[in-house]
Amino acid sequence: MKKNWWKIIAFVFVLYTIIAGFLFKVPAQPILHESIRNLYFHVPMWFSMMTILFVSVWHSIKYLSKSNIESDIVASRAAHTGMLFGALGLVTGSIWARYTWGAWWVADTKLNGAAITTLIYTAYFILRGSIDEEQKRARIAAVYNIFAYVMLIVFLMILPRMSDSLHPGNGGNPGFNKYDLDSNMRVVFYPAVIGWILLGVWILSLQIRFEKIKRKIYLRD
Amino acid sequence: MVYQQIKYLFKKEVKLEMRNKYALGGILLYVVSTVFVSYLSFKQIINPATWNALFWIILLFASINGVAKSFINETRGRQLYLYTLASPQAVILSKILYNSLLLTVLSVLCLLVYSLFIGNIIQDLPLFLITLLAGSMGFSSLLTMVSAIASKTSNNFTLMAILSFPIMMPLLMVLIKLSKNAIDGLDKWDWNSLFILMFLNLIIVTLSYLLFRYLWRD
Repeated sequence: MKKNWWKIIAFVFVLYTIIAGFLFKVPAQPILHESIRNLYFHVPMWFSMMTILFVSVWHSIKYLSKSNIESDIVASRAAHTGMLFGALGLVTGSIWARYTWGAWWVADTKLNGAAITTLIYTAYFILRGSIDEEQKRARIAAVYNIFAYVMLIVFLMILPRMSDSLHPGNGGNPGFNKYDLDSNMRVVFYPAVIGWILLGVWILSLQIRFEKIKRKIYLRD
Repeated sequence: MVYQQIKYLFKKEVKLEMRNKYALGGILLYVVSTVFVSYLSFKQIINPATWNALFWIILLFASINGVAKSFINETRGRQLYLYTLASPQAVILSKILYNSLLLTVLSVLCLLVYSLFIGNIIQDLPLFLITLLAGSMGFSSLLTMVSAIASKTSNNFTLMAILSFPIMMPLLMVLIKLSKNAIDGLDKWDWNSLFILMFLNLIIVTLSYLLFRYLWRD
């Protein structure tokens, strides 16, 4: 129980996000209307994804310095979990875009960034799939993971400078700060971010345990 | 010490390339024929955005084909021999240098043939050439590293493309923006983008320098 307190926090916060997110008062905004509630679900998905992908890269670096295969398991599972959140972020974002911008997908810098992230990690999985030997796969995948992550961060940093965007927080569009006037949303948004990130870490820890057991059984047979 | 090694390895690359010229000829012909195919399908292109996009797409594919062989074609025995003699940093830096040279030749040829057939609409040639040069360097360092990664796998040519496309996007977008400015002949150079381009090149070379040592040994 002492070790699992954060899982309880994750459960309570996500439950709170779902209940409060749908029931609490939100500011009436033109165009957005009630879809503003998606803020509690869409934005934390990307926060969780970036957190978990950072865990993945961190363990890739650790693998290169220590050559411990467990770091590789963490790195690959974290990439998987990160992609799960990325997919959820794309789906929630797409639905939101349909109701506010009128299309499922628009040509936009933030959306391109999301698409590139998905492509990079899909390539990472294909790279992993095409090498059989365990240590070699771990080493090469780690190198690609670090290389790609740095390029991704650079991309996400320079991209908004290259063109304007419809997405909040870019090119003169109001970001979350506009809603700061209304602290009703903060009360839900911050727990939502913490809750979803913790939930992501929880999913990741289960995946790692599952993978380690699978490896143990495989080595025993 | 490392400079010496880089120098010798660079010379080795050039010598090997000169020894079987068909590979070099092949890649140059690839550019010319791709441009000719585009010419037959497009005739002349007057729209700057289309001109620019097609140019970079042709150059992108040609570069991938040109650089892909830099590790994939090396035999295992030769690689082992190389690795006992030189440091991994010297190996990757010499390959990057050599590929920069190759891609610069390739891109200049591409520009010549492209403007001959499709039409020359560039108004600010110096800026375009600078962009092209920086682009060749960036392409070469990124693709050399990716080809080193891809050469360790079983289906390396497919992987070469899928691994490099997504991480090339930042570079490609800055290049396309700068070359579009050059075509339009804007009065002021976009120093901000030029700076980003140099910064990207620096990051890629640094990453290759740091990470290659984990790739080279099996």
